[in-house]
Amino acid sequence: MNVSFLNIQTHGDELSLNFSGEFNLYLITKYQNQIDTFSLSKIKKVSINLNELSFLDTAASLFINNLQKNLQSKNIQTFLECHKKEILDTLDLIKKQKKVLHAIPHAKKVSFIDTIGRETHKNYIGLLSFLSFLGETFFTHARSIKSLKNLRLKEIAFEMNESAIKALGIVCLTSFLIGLVVAYQSAYQLNMYGANIFIVDMLGISMLRELAPLITAIVIAGRSGSAFTAQIGAMKITQELDAMRTMGFDPYLFLVLPRIIALMIAMPILIFVSDIMGVLGGILVANLNLQITPELFIDRFRNVVAAKHFFIGIGKGPFFAFLIASIGIYRGLMVQDDTQSIGFNTTKSVVESIFAVIVCDAIFSIAFTNLGI
Amino acid sequence: MKTIIKVQDVRTVFDGRVVHDGLNLSINKGEIYGLLGPSGCGKTTLLREMVMLQKFSGGSIEILGYNLANIKQENAQKLRQDWGVLFQAGALFSSLSVAENIALPLQEYTDLSSEMIEEIVAFKINLVGLQSRDALLYPSQISGGMKKKAALARALAMDPKLLFLDEPTSGLDPISARDFDALILELRSLLGLTIVMVSHDLKSIYDTLDRVAIIDNKKIAYEGTLSEVTSVKSEFIETFFRGVQ
Repeated sequence: MNVSFLNIQTHGDELSLNFSGEFNLYLITKYQNQIDTFSLSKIKKVSINLNELSFLDTAASLFINNLQKNLQSKNIQTFLECHKKEILDTLDLIKKQKKVLHAIPHAKKVSFIDTIGRETHKNYIGLLSFLSFLGETFFTHARSIKSLKNLRLKEIAFEMNESAIKALGIVCLTSFLIGLVVAYQSAYQLNMYGANIFIVDMLGISMLRELAPLITAIVIAGRSGSAFTAQIGAMKITQELDAMRTMGFDPYLFLVLPRIIALMIAMPILIFVSDIMGVLGGILVANLNLQITPELFIDRFRNVVAAKHFFIGIGKGPFFAFLIASIGIYRGLMVQDDTQSIGFNTTKSVVESIFAVIVCDAIFSIAFTNLGI
Repeated sequence: MKTIIKVQDVRTVFDGRVVHDGLNLSINKGEIYGLLGPSGCGKTTLLREMVMLQKFSGGSIEILGYNLANIKQENAQKLRQDWGVLFQAGALFSSLSVAENIALPLQEYTDLSSEMIEEIVAFKINLVGLQSRDALLYPSQISGGMKKKAALARALAMDPKLLFLDEPTSGLDPISARDFDALILELRSLLGLTIVMVSHDLKSIYDTLDRVAIIDNKKIAYEGTLSEVTSVKSEFIETFFRGVQ
């Protein structure tokens, strides 16, 4: 193996740089420093000798090219000596590339205020696009309602099974546990005052009116809303949505409406089941901890819990379902052509739909209280 | 010859970036027409504009006598039944089997009996060179080449007059690619189709295309037959067709 080095010699006003061995990118800094030790003030001529060089890589060619340019700009003549065709070719390539080379532009620095403005604008556009999604949904709905044949009954049934019936197990279990926990926590407090029997009032009203709809909505948002986003997002990435459009199948009619309608029908049913399971949990705790027999519990339940609480709870179902389904689907349609976007939008869909459900519930709460219901 | 697609002065702008600026081309009935050009020149974009997946900012596109810029809902729907589109990756509906994918437009748009539909599906599967036992497989269970064939069968399901192909031979092995070319030629003579395709495959371009449009620098650099293509000065044409001469 030959050793690589740079030999620098001066004869009066002439400087000669003799490269030998290999010249690659690891040696550039070393050679640069070596050259820098010579003062160029008296030099009129520089000869670059590459005859002893066995290999020159592109980075090193760039270095030599820059060196030549640099010297020329200081009015120093340069001579290049080289016999090897490969090395001359490499240098030639660099020279050619340099002519058409454009420096890579630097990304502009964005100021903090600029970022705030951009984010605000993005959110504003996001809101507008959600509104346009709702508009298109309603428009499709209005068009399809002209004849019931247009409604995709098969798809609706399929979606009801997928997103609601199959969720029955988890809804039952969570509601039962919530009923159990709420009753258990209050049993101790009520027992201190000897007010054991009021567990029925407390549990009945809170469960039927607020807890069951909320728990169901949260479970469905996490389970089915996210599934909507992922399914539709994946369909968008594989161009299935484009294929549908070109075949004249309106995705709103085929994918959006069936899911929204299915969930709006199924949600009240799920809430009803959740009511039953929650109260069942309460009955169990009341029986074990407060010595209230199931007969007594149900008897009192009939007397103190008005039917309106039940209907209010059930009535919230379609509203929650609409929010969950439309946000889930909207997020799915927002998926871009990359895989990260599915994860991002699925997360967003769950967070936004749970938030929307809670806001909606708060509005209902205020409205019903003010209406005296 | 009857012109069935007419693109006039089409302009496309994405977020301030001009993709097309004054594109003009016309496609005649019965020909196999290619959209060529360097990558990023907007071939697929133009194809997507033709099939109403994307809006253009200016100019007009006329297909089978309908102007896409102000087409009515019903006419758009009618038009969609008159063409078939083959996407680059097939875009078969993943929840349906191959046979169901092909049968879907027939079920939706026609009042044919299920036996008739079955027969048509079997014919189309045969036509594109798939085995009938593949019909019951789902898109995730079949190879890329089979997906393309199945997607072509679906595009042909309604016997369209017009077929749009987005890089039909990309991702296929050379033998399947040549088979696909032969199939396209055969279909054209059998069914009298007009075919518009985006392609990068030189062999396929020379074997199948009657006329081409070369998009370069936001405009049509050349429109016409392949034999005269090198008469035009363009960097893309020189590099792309250099190997052939």
